[in-house]
Amino acid sequence: MSAAILQAFAMVFEPATLMAIVGAAFFGLFVGAVPGLTATMAVALLVPVTFFMQPIPAIATMVTATAMAIFSGDVPGCLLRIPGTPASAAYTDEAFAMTRKGQAEMALGAGLVFSAVGGLFGTAVLILAAPALAEVALNFSSFEYFWLVLLGLTCAVFITSDRPLKGVVTLLLGLLVACVGLGNPAGFPRFTFGSTEMTGGIGMIPMMIGMFAISEVIRYVVDTSPPAVLVVEKVGNVLAGQWALARKYPRQILRGSVLGTAVGALPGAGADMAAWMSYAMSKKFSKEPQKFGTGHVEGIVESGAANNSALAGAWIPALVFGIPGDSITAIVIGVLYMKNMNPGPTLFTTDPQNIYAVFLLFILANIIMVPLGLLCIKAARHVLRVPRNILMPVIVLFCIVGTFAINNSVFDVGVMLVAGVIAYLLEANRFPIAPAILGVVLGGMLEENFITSMIKSDGKLGAFFSRPLAAALAVVTIVLWFAPVVMKMRSRRSLDTLPSPRA
Amino acid sequence: MKLNDAVFGLLLTALGAWVLFAVQGFPRIPGQPVGPALFPGLIACGLCVCGVLLVAKGWRERDGGPWVAFDDWVRSPRRVLALAVLLGAIVLYIAAAEVVGFLPLAVLTLLALFLVLGVPAARAVLIAVVAALVIHFAFYKLLRVPLPWGVLKTYAW
Repeated sequence: MSAAILQAFAMVFEPATLMAIVGAAFFGLFVGAVPGLTATMAVALLVPVTFFMQPIPAIATMVTATAMAIFSGDVPGCLLRIPGTPASAAYTDEAFAMTRKGQAEMALGAGLVFSAVGGLFGTAVLILAAPALAEVALNFSSFEYFWLVLLGLTCAVFITSDRPLKGVVTLLLGLLVACVGLGNPAGFPRFTFGSTEMTGGIGMIPMMIGMFAISEVIRYVVDTSPPAVLVVEKVGNVLAGQWALARKYPRQILRGSVLGTAVGALPGAGADMAAWMSYAMSKKFSKEPQKFGTGHVEGIVESGAANNSALAGAWIPALVFGIPGDSITAIVIGVLYMKNMNPGPTLFTTDPQNIYAVFLLFILANIIMVPLGLLCIKAARHVLRVPRNILMPVIVLFCIVGTFAINNSVFDVGVMLVAGVIAYLLEANRFPIAPAILGVVLGGMLEENFITSMIKSDGKLGAFFSRPLAAALAVVTIVLWFAPVVMKMRSRRSLDTLPSPRA
Repeated sequence: MKLNDAVFGLLLTALGAWVLFAVQGFPRIPGQPVGPALFPGLIACGLCVCGVLLVAKGWRERDGGPWVAFDDWVRSPRRVLALAVLLGAIVLYIAAAEVVGFLPLAVLTLLALFLVLGVPAARAVLIAVVAALVIHFAFYKLLRVPLPWGVLKTYAW
């Protein structure tokens, strides 16, 4: 084990990896700070570049860029009242209210310091939980995997979306896309329309670039909201008073980090969901809930920690089971497959040095976040002035070339375009996108384990419940399916007895 | 563009029905209880059920509202044009990259988008050329992606 750890250190502190980390850090800070460019988009744009890198530097760029982007999304939220990434949206109004009161330094500093703290907490959980879970997962058969994938998809639909029906729809669409091509247990070309490009299936990476980059550009192009005005010209010392905040709100920091890691680990829910839930929780348990919304730092401390801890949390199911915890890790899993680092419990036994390297990268990224984040805050005035009408067209060109580069095929560029338009249309009509991503990523795995199990059990469905662990996972999954129905009936009954509570 | 849920429901039901029809032609695997048709078939059934539910939901919530509603940007010719240029540029690239080549198309795409998004003309030309050359250098020279030369083939560097 210690040999593997030393090897991991050697891989991470190699010049190529360190350069990748620094480059990705600046890239992530920039992308996060520009409104309209998200952390997921940062990863999607990085994929074509990581394609040409060794596995560890490739992972380094993705880990670093996302950690930085989730922090720097706070900056425009605080200074312009526009969240840089959706993960900062939960407390943008609060942060901007603080800026109005002349406390921009404290809001930005709290975002930075507690992002790093939350990120390190999530990393600690990742380091402790992932190997232990991998140990358990080694004993999984196709029955357990089938239920686990189904549980993950169920979470994505029911827990992370307030519109289960629309979530189911996008999930099914994602699963259907995963059916295209030869990649099924029978090796029969499905839905290929005689096209040779489609026999290999719809490329996951071009699809993700479309859904996360092209759809954002479309949204920018048709956006009619007036340009925001920068209210602060100069930002002072942001670290002053942060220690006092940490002493004042230790419980909030811990609660935000725990909730964030847990939400991150749930398939389909990522940093943005973690921030919303944790901000709501902070307000609920606060001693001074009336101050929330008026420029009170407590919620920023808690949800700022939560969104960064979610990033590491999302890697737990991704590394152990190949089930992405959020849309970022959905892309990461695609990259891991391209690098022949197929996620799964065997990754922990055959190449432990790679896993240790991932842990180290997370620690490193969250530590260098503080000095580099300070630089970013200092430069915020200039970053926020970057003209988006120049940036967006360049991103489009980059997406075209990057998508083309993966298979040297313009077919993939078409996939990107179609995926981008569909993602835009679905989101404009309030269909959640996360279940679709999970469906595409997990469709093959779900079908494979389903068919294998059916063949093993000779078509008898009872076998799906015969192993204790499989039965337990099955029960949890099925309870989740019926929970919304039961809750709806309950709330209807209570509505009948109470005279309209929402009057 | 906002569609009533019922419109989506109809589209999804049609998709589900088409998939159900298509999987009838898939082969059976001798000696196995399940074949390649089962999984997409189940998904298609799910799509049909959800589609019908959405139709019902959309019908209940229609309230005399339009079946298809457009957002504010449709009334802004500039934004409609920008969207058309964006989508058209990608389609053009797919159709013509091999013949015309990367560099001319890249400059054209950038220039058209810059202009329609309101970048001053002189600056737009300059940035379009520089950005196209930088991306070409990064991907063609550094990452060795075979970007097509097209009409510039004789001048390839």
